Amino acid sequence: MSEENIKKNGIEDKLTTIKYNCDSKTHLVPDENICSRCEIRCCTYICPAKVYSYDENSGMLNVEYENCLECGACKIACPYDAIGWNYPKAGCGVIYKQS
Amino acid sequence: MEDNKAQNFDVIVVGAGPCGAAAAITAARAGAKVLLIERSSYVGAKNMIGGAVFLTALKELFPDDWESAPIERYINKHTWSLLSDNSSVEISCNFPDEFKSASIFRSKFDSWLVEKAKEEGVYFAPSTLVKNLIIREDRVCGVKTELEEIYASVVILADGVNSLLARNIGLRDEHDPKDMVLSVKETLKLPKEVIEERFNIKKGSKNGAAVNFLGGLSLKDAPFALGFMYTYSDCISFGLGVNLEDLAQMGLNPSDLLEKLKEHPVVAPLIEGGELLEYSAHLIPEGGYNKLPKLCKDGVMVAGDAAGFVNGVHFEGTNFAIISGIYAAQSALYALKIKDYSEKTLKLYEKKLKHSFILKDLKSYRNVMENLYFRANSLMNYYPKKASSFFKIFTGANCIPKREEFRNFIFHFIKDRSLKELLCDIKAFLSAVFGVLK
Repeated sequence: MSEENIKKNGIEDKLTTIKYNCDSKTHLVPDENICSRCEIRCCTYICPAKVYSYDENSGMLNVEYENCLECGACKIACPYDAIGWNYPKAGCGVIYKQS
Repeated sequence: MEDNKAQNFDVIVVGAGPCGAAAAITAARAGAKVLLIERSSYVGAKNMIGGAVFLTALKELFPDDWESAPIERYINKHTWSLLSDNSSVEISCNFPDEFKSASIFRSKFDSWLVEKAKEEGVYFAPSTLVKNLIIREDRVCGVKTELEEIYASVVILADGVNSLLARNIGLRDEHDPKDMVLSVKETLKLPKEVIEERFNIKKGSKNGAAVNFLGGLSLKDAPFALGFMYTYSDCISFGLGVNLEDLAQMGLNPSDLLEKLKEHPVVAPLIEGGELLEYSAHLIPEGGYNKLPKLCKDGVMVAGDAAGFVNGVHFEGTNFAIISGIYAAQSALYALKIKDYSEKTLKLYEKKLKHSFILKDLKSYRNVMENLYFRANSLMNYYPKKASSFFKIFTGANCIPKREEFRNFIFHFIKDRSLKELLCDIKAFLSAVFGVLK
């Protein structure tokens, strides 16, 4: 399946069912140098919340950390270990109620 | 010890899931001064479960009042469904009088556990993130939160699958994507009566059902994935666990795969009309015995998901978490008694685990997941298809002599792939079975 075939809308709709207490600062810090040269960017398609998207024009990896489900998959899957992954500040981040 | 004055607690437990709560309760019951720390402001808010906890471990912790736990339904009907493109072959077992596992919401279940811990005298600190461990003379002697330093004789790490603390102090290596399962799940609201009818559950009872789906993703090269469904009182959970390396290498998204599974003609009627209440995702550590971390160091132990205690074949996780938490606490209590918190003393924890079903099972299942993983395409595609064509003959009454049909089936069973594939499957199967039984 190519990246175009991934239905982003599906996930966006799903995310509206989740409660968050957003941190003012990102807890996900990808290494821009590595990410801009990365040929795979698996973070842009494996993430269950579609947190990462790559902007070809600016050559930047956008990180919508507010949507992060704190699963940790991006950090582990990244072949260059380029994602600085932390927990959000205490009390912040995802709040599952029915999971 | 010299720093006795500075110590505030006997035991600090990081992470208030089933493992952390079990550890805290066990230590507090024996009179230890225990602090249980949770990074979330609501207990269970960071946690997700496929659906069910095993009750034997819970009963061990609460022999008298386990029934007051917020249980949704007793999961006593299990179905394994092999899906091919548009059909299924199923095996089902039903034990309507047995109460071995129960569907739960983590927010409610974990909160109940923490309330129990508080009743036992455990100090509870929610909304507290441990940034690091305090290490003095190579010994862990407390935790550094965002705000302060708190000291303890023993620290138990029950901080879940991504345990940054266990990694930071060198108890575990970085995770390998091959060993991780990324699970996505949807909680879908359905009327109670509809659930009972669809899953053939006795009306008005607290019985419930679980269904697992293998295959059905309609992909030529299938990732190693397993669908799951659990019934709750008036909703169902429906999710899919997919090997993380497969997702990365095959360019797949787990939520999209779940959507694909939803469209399968056998799955669709089960979830029809379900209103999405909540979407969630979580990692499951399935590296097993070969990827176990170092379990203790001076002043610290690691337990539950943080230690990778999961048996992916039998979906055991919460029971390993609870029992390993109990063992860690018992070992901490012994260390407190003899006032020696060294790794040598805390090795008692490792010894307890080795003599228990936890490490015995992880050891005997050490190669099972790997064998299944290597034969993923057989499992996910080939055999579900073959099972389907076998039963098409068996139930078809196709006005063709059965001998001809069965011979044809066997011919294609062997000829549809290279013989090498079949031999690899047999080898993997035997290796898995003998690994467990020998």
